[in-house]
Amino acid sequence: MSHWKKVCLLTEIPPLGARVIQHPQGDIAVFRNADDEVFALEDRCPHKGGPLSQGIVYGKTVACPLHGWQIGLECGTAAAPDEGCARRYAVRLEGNAVLLNTEAAA
Amino acid sequence: MQKLKLVMIGNGMAGVRTLEELLALTPSRYDITVFGEEPHPNYNRILLSPVLAGEQTVQDIILNPLEWYAEQGITLHLGKKVVKIDRKKRVVYAADGTEAEYDRLLMATGSKPFILPVPGKDLPGVISYRDIHDTEQMLAAARQYRHAVVIGGGLLGLEAANGLMLQGMSVTVVHLGEWLLERQLDKVAGQLLQQSLEQRGLRFALQAQTAALLAGESGRVSAVQLKDGTELAADLVVMAVGIRPNTELAESCGLYCNRGIVVNDTLQTFDPRIYAVGECVNHRGIAYGLVAPLYEQARVCANHLAGWGYGRYVGSVLSTKLKVTGIDLFSAGDFMGGDGHEEITLSDPVGGVYKKLVLKGDKLVGACLYGDTADGAWYFRLLKDEQPIGEIRDHLMWGENNLGDTGHAGENKAAAMADEAEVCGCNGVRKITIVKAIREKGLTTLDEVKKHTKASGSCGSCAGLCEQILMNVLGSSFDATPKTKTVCGCTDRNHQEVRDAIREHHLVSIPQTMQFLEWRTPNGCATCRPALNYYLIATWPGEARDDPQSRFINERAHANIQKDGTYSVVPRMWGGVTNASELRRIADVTDKYRIPLVKVTGGQRIDLLGVKKEDLVNVWRDLDMPSGHAYGKSLRTVKTCVGSEFCRFGTQDSTQMGIDLEHDLFGMWSPHKVKLAVSGCPRNCAESGIKDVGVIGVDSGWELYVGGNGGIKTEVAQFFAKVASHAEVLEYSGAFLQLYREEAFYLERTVHYLHRVGLEHTKQRVVADADNRKALYARLKYALSFEQDPWAERIQGEQKHEFEALPA
Ligand SMILES: Cc1cc2nc3c(=O)[nH]c(=O)nc-3n(C[C@H](O)[C@H](O)[C@H](O)COP(=O)(O)OP(=O)(O)OC[C@H]3O[C@@H](n4cnc5c(N)ncnc54)[C@H](O)[C@@H]3O)c2cc1C
Ligand code: HEM
Ligand code: SF4
Ligand code: FES
Repeated sequence: MSHWKKVCLLTEIPPLGARVIQHPQGDIAVFRNADDEVFALEDRCPHKGGPLSQGIVYGKTVACPLHGWQIGLECGTAAAPDEGCARRYAVRLEGNAVLLNTEAAA
Repeated sequence: MQKLKLVMIGNGMAGVRTLEELLALTPSRYDITVFGEEPHPNYNRILLSPVLAGEQTVQDIILNPLEWYAEQGITLHLGKKVVKIDRKKRVVYAADGTEAEYDRLLMATGSKPFILPVPGKDLPGVISYRDIHDTEQMLAAARQYRHAVVIGGGLLGLEAANGLMLQGMSVTVVHLGEWLLERQLDKVAGQLLQQSLEQRGLRFALQAQTAALLAGESGRVSAVQLKDGTELAADLVVMAVGIRPNTELAESCGLYCNRGIVVNDTLQTFDPRIYAVGECVNHRGIAYGLVAPLYEQARVCANHLAGWGYGRYVGSVLSTKLKVTGIDLFSAGDFMGGDGHEEITLSDPVGGVYKKLVLKGDKLVGACLYGDTADGAWYFRLLKDEQPIGEIRDHLMWGENNLGDTGHAGENKAAAMADEAEVCGCNGVRKITIVKAIREKGLTTLDEVKKHTKASGSCGSCAGLCEQILMNVLGSSFDATPKTKTVCGCTDRNHQEVRDAIREHHLVSIPQTMQFLEWRTPNGCATCRPALNYYLIATWPGEARDDPQSRFINERAHANIQKDGTYSVVPRMWGGVTNASELRRIADVTDKYRIPLVKVTGGQRIDLLGVKKEDLVNVWRDLDMPSGHAYGKSLRTVKTCVGSEFCRFGTQDSTQMGIDLEHDLFGMWSPHKVKLAVSGCPRNCAESGIKDVGVIGVDSGWELYVGGNGGIKTEVAQFFAKVASHAEVLEYSGAFLQLYREEAFYLERTVHYLHRVGLEHTKQRVVADADNRKALYARLKYALSFEQDPWAERIQGEQKHEFEALPA
């Protein structure tokens, strides 16, 4: 059985922005960068739980809206000297559709 | 692509810093090989003094442990001195025969102590003070012998003398000059220093010249003989009479040297494949001997080695601080003064305080402080930035305008604080934590302290204290920030250059600006994008499109994010006036959306806290009131008092004036938040004195004050103009704010903007020049004509995606 689920269209996420997916395990942030790549992280900053989906996206990084930690979109880890990691989720594009798999780790 | 080969000669502070900067820019361009003559990995040479004084150990001062080199894939040859460079074949050879080819060569060979050419200079027991080996020799001598003589009363000599004394030796300093530290201090301060060192037990022979070093029976040095015949007992002689750039190797391979390896502004030598940094370099005629300028060189050199190809090193201004615990002195710039200079001095010999400031025109050009150096960092900044100080001249001597009033328990002298004392009240950072981070991580700038410790990272109130701590730990030249700060790490441009380019070249979008100004990153970062977005919409209203993705979440969602991810909603209440119908709607909304807290704000309106993001648009719709912009770098509130309509003292209708001002400025984006207040008489119940623009009614009209601030550092607004009519209040206030919008840097409050450009500058353009005032005001009105109520727009469906979550 496939665990991949379509959550939205790429065009529903603003470039250099994010959308929030409401999931029973907790909110998931799905990001889109300038090159139309998509990334998914749990929507909780490893610092004090800030909603990463609300941050400013640049390159492959999001700056947390609460205290500015810089979280890598690919790995979920905070840029040095901060330390911490947000959980990653598997996400991919199929045409214009954004597919999320919450069973597999990315 | 095959990697290029980079070889570095000299494993010291400047060289390794260059590698660190290089690896941050391009981790994989080079295969790197490093030769170091010393058997140690890179250590913090400036902390040899605390090691000698017994305050730290050699282990404590290692900056890059061996694992660091391994992790970076650097081939490290320790204990190997390079003796030959073949520039044709591009190979370097070490004394033991090890060789390495290079495509680029980086020379960072530091300097050599100057040895006085006197008889006996090669005797056992005669050493210099440069590295770990010397320090260990001194420590060993101190355990075995009693008498030490230090030749040279400069920074290095005094630190050596102090250390040896603390190790139990009886120490005399022989110095050629008339007073100590004559290159860092004037005579008065030099003598104060001498007194306090004498009280600690050091002895001095000034204006004394060494003639010979005499050997004892054992063959070890036993005395120093001076020109006048005096003999000073000495089992250990430390020569600290200066350093010479170490150019031996460079010269031997024919590289052009002249009191240092000569480099251009990119740190390139006369051989384009060879770069050089550090004390071995002569840049524009100067060989620097302090860490901070060398780190600046490292940054530029790395930029060129990485192939980025821009960035220039144009020289540094230096400051000095002696690292002897308990002695506080600081000097910077041209502290001797002389013709064409003015001096302000404060002298309290009993209290042990002496301060001298040297001015030229309306600039501070030099400072020499003894006993109380708390303001050293501030003076140094004024000096480096060449800030006009005409307006603050009267209180210049009393210093300290960089410290906030709150958050550090009123402390303003870092040196006097206990290790455990809290420096940063926002992030709970203690002094000892900062000191440790500076030592262990080799930090040299305030920005680095902020990053690593979080101190001064939130409200910034304690930034001045952190700077003082940096200065105390690092000693000389603690802060290498270039003269003007760049916007962020994505660019080498500063705010002024960016603003100018946007205006002069008619840039209207963020990508266009980044391309034109050669941004290093594809889409900037969370620091530069909001700044660019503001500059664009402020410069080209109606043309530049606002980019929501380049705004902080508060300005994107038009509500303030709270620590739990919910939002607060503050509807606008013009002039702080409301009515029954608005209050009723607020009450209904509170019930309907189960809003946990309703609070009256400090800006005379009502805050609904804890609103879920998905509810925002509905809350706004039901409130049916415009946005209060309580979340933005924009017009916040106009506070008012009741004024003449009701108050028995009122001279003017301050409430109506406030309502009209607020309507007039509605929707104004600005470099930082802007707050106004209008009071109906000088009793000033609306607290106009601490607002960006404060208006006070008097019998004959209105007084306008600007640049006030009630935040971290309370700043009293300064008198700006007196006007007669209601219409003039609008025009003068609007014109002043438009000037601020056009000239200030992003995140600069009016008070800081005024500190930078001077109140007079704004008065000239707004008060004295009526045509210009009208033009400014017209430009403001034009810009505001494009602004609508952001809440109403979102109720209409704009930016819908921002407020809707998706189901899983
Ligand atoms: C005791 C002391 C206190 C100081 N205090 C301060 C202070 O408070 N503030 C401040 O700003 N500065 C201070 N300084 C100065 C500061 O330490 C130097 O400016 C800085 O270390 C110079 O860096 P560098 O990389 O140019 O040279 P170095 O750090 O000297 O590095 C050069 C390295 O190259 C090696 N080398 C040379 N030739 C060869 C070769 N042919 N082959 C292989 N390796 C070679 C040397 O062995 C050395 O390790 C102090 C210096 C000393 C000695
Ligand atoms: C105004 C004159 C010059 C300036 C400003 C200048 C500047 C530069 C710069 C910035 C580099 C790049 C170095 C790097 O890649 O890191 C360079 C490389 C080089 N320059 Fe020049 N240069 C000038 C004149 C010359 C002249 C006249 C020659 C030769 C006759 C020359 C020969 C070279 C060579 C061979 C390189 C490549 C070196 C390498 O690949 O490592 N340059 N120069
Ligand atoms: S400032 Fe003057 S007019 Fe306004 S309320 Fe106070 S006393 Fe009355
Ligand atoms: S919660 Fe993300 S930076 Fe603090």
